[in-house]
Amino acid sequence: MTDVGFTATRRLILQGAGAVALVGLGNFPFGLTPALAANDKYPEEAFKAKSEADAIKALYGKTAEPSDKVKMDAPEIAENGAVVPISVTTTLADVTSISFLVSENPVVLVASYKIPAGTLPNVANRIKMAKTSNVIVVVEAGGKLYSANKEVKVTVGGCGG
Amino acid sequence: MASTIRVRATSSGETTEVQALIQHPMDSGFVKDAKGEIIPPHFIQQLTFEYNGKNVFSADWGGGVSKDPYVKFTFKGGKKGDDLKISWIDNKGQSDATTTKIQ
Repeated sequence: MTDVGFTATRRLILQGAGAVALVGLGNFPFGLTPALAANDKYPEEAFKAKSEADAIKALYGKTAEPSDKVKMDAPEIAENGAVVPISVTTTLADVTSISFLVSENPVVLVASYKIPAGTLPNVANRIKMAKTSNVIVVVEAGGKLYSANKEVKVTVGGCGG
Repeated sequence: MASTIRVRATSSGETTEVQALIQHPMDSGFVKDAKGEIIPPHFIQQLTFEYNGKNVFSADWGGGVSKDPYVKFTFKGGKKGDDLKISWIDNKGQSDATTTKIQ
Protein backbone atom coordinates (compact mmCIF):
# COMPACT_ATOMS: atom_id res chain seq x y z
CA MET A 1 0.00 0.00 0.00
CA THR A 2 2.66 2.46 0.97
CA ASP A 3 4.80 1.04 -1.84
CA VAL A 4 2.14 1.77 -4.46
CA GLY A 5 1.71 5.28 -3.10
CA PHE A 6 5.44 5.88 -3.33
CA THR A 7 5.78 4.71 -6.94
CA ALA A 8 2.75 6.73 -8.01
CA THR A 9 4.24 9.88 -6.53
CA ARG A 10 7.59 9.12 -8.09
CA ARG A 11 5.95 8.61 -11.47
CA LEU A 12 4.16 11.93 -11.16
CA ILE A 13 7.39 13.67 -10.30
CA LEU A 14 9.17 12.03 -13.24
CA GLN A 15 6.36 13.00 -15.60
CA GLY A 16 6.59 16.55 -14.34
CA ALA A 17 10.32 16.60 -14.94
CA GLY A 18 9.77 15.17 -18.42
CA ALA A 19 7.29 17.89 -19.30
CA VAL A 20 9.68 20.59 -18.13
CA ALA A 21 12.46 19.07 -20.22
CA LEU A 22 10.22 19.01 -23.30
CA VAL A 23 9.18 22.62 -22.87
CA GLY A 24 12.83 23.52 -22.50
CA LEU A 25 13.73 21.70 -25.70
CA GLY A 26 10.84 23.30 -27.54
CA ASN A 27 12.11 26.76 -26.74
CA PHE A 28 15.69 26.02 -27.59
CA PRO A 29 15.64 26.55 -31.38
CA PHE A 30 14.28 30.10 -30.97
CA GLY A 31 17.37 31.08 -29.04
CA LEU A 32 19.65 30.11 -31.92
CA THR A 33 20.46 32.60 -34.67
CA PRO A 34 20.27 31.09 -38.16
CA ALA A 35 23.65 29.89 -39.38
CA LEU A 36 23.37 32.00 -42.51
CA ALA A 37 26.46 34.05 -41.89
CA ALA A 38 28.48 31.34 -43.67
CA ASN A 39 27.78 33.21 -46.88
CA ASP A 40 30.31 36.01 -46.51
CA LYS A 41 29.52 37.77 -49.78
CA TYR A 42 25.90 38.62 -48.94
CA PRO A 43 25.83 42.15 -47.42
CA GLU A 44 23.83 41.15 -44.33
CA GLU A 45 24.35 44.49 -42.54
CA ALA A 46 23.30 46.64 -45.49
CA PHE A 47 20.03 44.70 -45.69
CA LYS A 48 19.29 45.56 -42.04
CA ALA A 49 19.74 49.32 -42.42
CA LYS A 50 16.74 51.53 -41.67
CA SER A 51 17.87 54.62 -43.57
CA GLU A 52 19.29 55.04 -47.06
CA ALA A 53 22.43 56.72 -45.73
CA ASP A 54 23.15 53.77 -43.43
CA ALA A 55 22.44 51.24 -46.19
CA ILE A 56 24.71 52.99 -48.70
CA LYS A 57 27.44 53.27 -46.09
CA ALA A 58 27.16 49.61 -45.11
CA LEU A 59 27.24 48.58 -48.75
CA TYR A 60 29.93 50.85 -50.17
CA GLY A 61 31.55 52.61 -47.20
CA LYS A 62 31.09 56.04 -48.81
CA THR A 63 28.38 58.54 -49.75
CA ALA A 64 26.71 59.15 -53.09
CA GLU A 65 26.31 62.41 -54.98
CA PRO A 66 23.31 63.10 -57.24
CA SER A 67 24.06 62.84 -60.94
CA ASP A 68 21.95 63.53 -64.02
CA LYS A 69 23.89 60.79 -65.80
CA VAL A 70 21.91 58.22 -63.82
CA LYS A 71 18.55 57.78 -65.49
CA MET A 72 15.81 56.02 -63.58
CA ASP A 73 12.60 54.87 -65.18
CA ALA A 74 9.87 54.50 -62.57
CA PRO A 75 6.12 55.10 -62.67
CA GLU A 76 4.71 58.38 -61.27
CA ILE A 77 1.96 56.41 -59.59
CA ALA A 78 2.09 52.72 -58.74
CA GLU A 79 -1.37 51.21 -58.42
CA ASN A 80 0.07 48.14 -56.72
CA GLY A 81 2.95 48.63 -54.30
CA ALA A 82 3.72 44.90 -54.42
CA VAL A 83 4.99 45.13 -57.98
CA VAL A 84 6.65 48.38 -59.02
CA PRO A 85 8.75 48.13 -62.18
CA ILE A 86 11.94 50.20 -61.91
CA SER A 87 14.76 50.32 -64.40
CA VAL A 88 17.97 52.28 -64.54
CA THR A 89 20.48 53.14 -67.18
CA THR A 90 23.53 55.36 -67.10
CA THR A 91 26.06 56.92 -69.43
CA LEU A 92 28.74 56.73 -66.72
CA ALA A 93 31.79 54.62 -67.59
CA ASP A 94 33.33 51.78 -65.55
CA VAL A 95 30.16 50.90 -63.68
CA THR A 96 30.73 48.13 -61.13
CA SER A 97 27.51 48.12 -59.14
CA ILE A 98 23.90 49.35 -59.19
CA SER A 99 21.63 49.37 -56.12
CA PHE A 100 17.95 50.11 -55.54
CA LEU A 101 16.64 51.66 -52.30
CA VAL A 102 13.19 52.72 -51.09
CA SER A 103 13.28 55.32 -48.25
CA GLU A 104 9.99 54.37 -46.59
CA ASN A 105 10.37 50.57 -46.69
CA PRO A 106 11.08 48.80 -43.38
CA VAL A 107 14.27 47.53 -45.01
CA VAL A 108 15.53 50.38 -47.15
CA LEU A 109 17.86 48.40 -49.40
CA VAL A 110 15.93 46.33 -51.93
CA ALA A 111 18.48 45.01 -54.39
CA SER A 112 22.14 45.42 -55.23
CA TYR A 113 23.62 44.23 -58.51
CA LYS A 114 27.25 43.64 -59.41
CA ILE A 115 28.13 44.69 -62.92
CA PRO A 116 31.30 42.95 -64.13
CA ALA A 117 33.34 44.44 -67.01
CA GLY A 118 31.54 43.67 -70.26
CA THR A 119 28.06 43.91 -68.80
CA LEU A 120 26.08 47.03 -69.72
CA PRO A 121 25.08 49.42 -66.91
CA ASN A 122 21.35 48.99 -67.28
CA VAL A 123 19.11 46.88 -65.11
CA ALA A 124 15.36 46.41 -64.87
CA ASN A 125 13.58 44.75 -61.98
CA ARG A 126 10.36 44.80 -59.95
CA ILE A 127 10.28 45.90 -56.34
CA LYS A 128 7.86 46.22 -53.43
CA MET A 129 6.94 49.56 -51.87
CA ALA A 130 5.20 49.84 -48.52
CA LYS A 131 3.85 53.32 -49.31
CA THR A 132 4.52 56.49 -51.28
CA SER A 133 8.26 57.02 -51.09
CA ASN A 134 11.43 58.18 -52.72
CA VAL A 135 13.12 55.50 -54.80
CA ILE A 136 16.88 55.91 -54.90
CA VAL A 137 19.24 54.35 -57.38
CA VAL A 138 22.94 54.29 -56.59
CA VAL A 139 25.51 53.63 -59.29
CA GLU A 140 29.13 52.86 -58.47
CA ALA A 141 31.36 53.96 -61.34
CA GLY A 142 35.13 54.35 -61.31
CA GLY A 143 35.12 53.91 -57.52
CA LYS A 144 32.68 56.79 -56.94
CA LEU A 145 29.00 56.75 -56.11
CA TYR A 146 26.31 58.55 -58.08
CA SER A 147 22.61 58.59 -57.35
CA ALA A 148 19.23 59.50 -58.78
CA ASN A 149 15.95 59.61 -56.95
CA LYS A 150 12.31 59.89 -57.79
CA GLU A 151 9.12 59.92 -55.76
CA VAL A 152 6.69 57.15 -56.62
CA LYS A 153 3.14 57.47 -55.32
CA VAL A 154 1.68 54.21 -54.11
CA THR A 155 -2.08 53.77 -53.90
CA VAL A 156 -2.05 50.22 -52.46
CA GLY A 157 0.95 49.27 -50.30
CA GLY A 158 3.05 46.17 -50.91
CA CYS A 159 3.33 45.33 -47.23
CA GLY A 160 0.52 44.35 -44.91
CA GLY A 161 -2.06 43.98 -47.69
CA MET B 1 10.32 19.03 -60.49
CA ALA B 2 10.07 21.80 -63.01
CA SER B 3 12.67 24.50 -62.66
CA THR B 4 11.75 27.65 -60.74
CA ILE B 5 13.76 29.65 -63.26
CA ARG B 6 12.45 30.84 -66.60
CA VAL B 7 15.03 32.65 -68.62
CA ARG B 8 15.35 34.01 -72.12
CA ALA B 9 18.71 35.10 -73.46
CA THR B 10 18.71 36.68 -76.90
CA SER B 11 21.85 37.53 -78.82
CA SER B 12 21.81 40.49 -81.19
CA GLY B 13 25.30 39.64 -82.45
CA GLU B 14 27.20 42.13 -80.27
CA THR B 15 25.27 41.87 -77.05
CA THR B 16 23.03 39.38 -75.30
CA GLU B 17 19.88 40.51 -73.52
CA VAL B 18 18.84 38.33 -70.61
CA GLN B 19 15.42 38.28 -68.98
CA ALA B 20 14.79 36.01 -66.03
CA LEU B 21 11.63 35.23 -64.11
CA ILE B 22 11.90 33.11 -60.97
CA GLN B 23 9.11 31.48 -59.00
CA HIS B 24 9.63 32.40 -55.37
CA PRO B 25 7.33 33.78 -52.62
CA MET B 26 9.86 36.50 -51.65
CA ASP B 27 8.26 36.88 -48.20
CA SER B 28 9.80 39.94 -46.55
CA GLY B 29 8.98 38.99 -42.96
CA PHE B 30 6.82 42.12 -42.51
CA VAL B 31 3.55 40.82 -43.92
CA LYS B 32 0.85 39.18 -41.81
CA ASP B 33 -1.35 36.32 -42.98
CA ALA B 34 -5.17 36.13 -42.69
CA LYS B 35 -4.85 35.10 -39.02
CA GLY B 36 -2.71 38.13 -38.22
CA GLU B 37 0.46 36.08 -37.83
CA ILE B 38 3.71 37.27 -39.35
CA ILE B 39 4.74 35.27 -42.40
CA PRO B 40 8.39 34.46 -41.71
CA PRO B 41 10.99 35.90 -44.10
CA HIS B 42 11.70 33.71 -47.11
CA PHE B 43 13.44 35.39 -50.01
CA ILE B 44 16.20 34.85 -52.54
CA GLN B 45 19.43 36.43 -51.35
CA GLN B 46 21.76 35.80 -54.23
CA LEU B 47 21.30 35.24 -57.92
CA THR B 48 24.13 34.72 -60.39
CA PHE B 49 24.47 34.43 -64.15
CA GLU B 50 27.51 32.72 -65.70
CA TYR B 51 28.63 32.64 -69.29
CA ASN B 52 31.73 30.70 -70.37
CA GLY B 53 32.56 30.06 -66.72
CA LYS B 54 32.64 33.80 -66.07
CA ASN B 55 30.20 35.77 -63.93
CA VAL B 56 28.29 38.24 -66.14
CA PHE B 57 25.76 39.50 -63.59
CA SER B 58 24.94 38.92 -59.95
CA ALA B 59 22.30 40.17 -57.56
CA ASP B 60 22.05 40.54 -53.79
CA TRP B 61 18.39 40.70 -52.94
CA GLY B 62 16.41 41.60 -49.84
CA GLY B 63 12.77 40.95 -49.02
CA GLY B 64 11.82 44.12 -50.91
CA VAL B 65 12.06 42.44 -54.30
CA SER B 66 8.62 41.51 -55.67
CA LYS B 67 7.18 38.01 -55.51
CA ASP B 68 8.18 35.89 -58.50
CA PRO B 69 11.08 38.25 -59.21
CA TYR B 70 11.95 39.54 -62.66
CA VAL B 71 15.26 40.98 -63.75
CA LYS B 72 16.68 42.11 -67.07
CA PHE B 73 20.25 42.96 -68.05
CA THR B 74 22.52 42.94 -71.10
CA PHE B 75 26.11 41.79 -71.53
CA LYS B 76 28.58 42.14 -74.38
CA GLY B 77 29.31 38.99 -76.34
CA GLY B 78 27.40 35.75 -76.07
CA LYS B 79 26.84 33.58 -79.13
CA LYS B 80 23.67 31.86 -80.26
CA GLY B 81 23.62 28.28 -79.02
CA ASP B 82 26.04 28.95 -76.13
CA ASP B 83 25.10 28.08 -72.56
CA LEU B 84 24.12 30.60 -69.90
CA LYS B 85 24.00 29.28 -66.35
CA ILE B 86 21.66 30.77 -63.73
CA SER B 87 21.52 29.92 -60.04
CA TRP B 88 19.95 31.31 -56.87
CA ILE B 89 20.05 30.66 -53.13
CA ASP B 90 17.56 31.93 -50.54
CA ASN B 91 17.71 32.80 -46.83
CA LYS B 92 16.63 29.26 -45.89
CA GLY B 93 19.48 27.73 -47.88
CA GLN B 94 17.19 26.46 -50.64
CA SER B 95 18.54 26.87 -54.14
CA ASP B 96 17.97 26.14 -57.78
CA ALA B 97 20.00 26.33 -60.97
CA THR B 98 19.40 25.96 -64.66
CA THR B 99 21.23 26.31 -67.94
CA THR B 100 19.72 27.89 -71.01
CA LYS B 101 20.87 28.20 -74.62
CA ILE B 102 21.33 31.73 -75.93
CA GLN B 103 18.92 32.33 -78.83
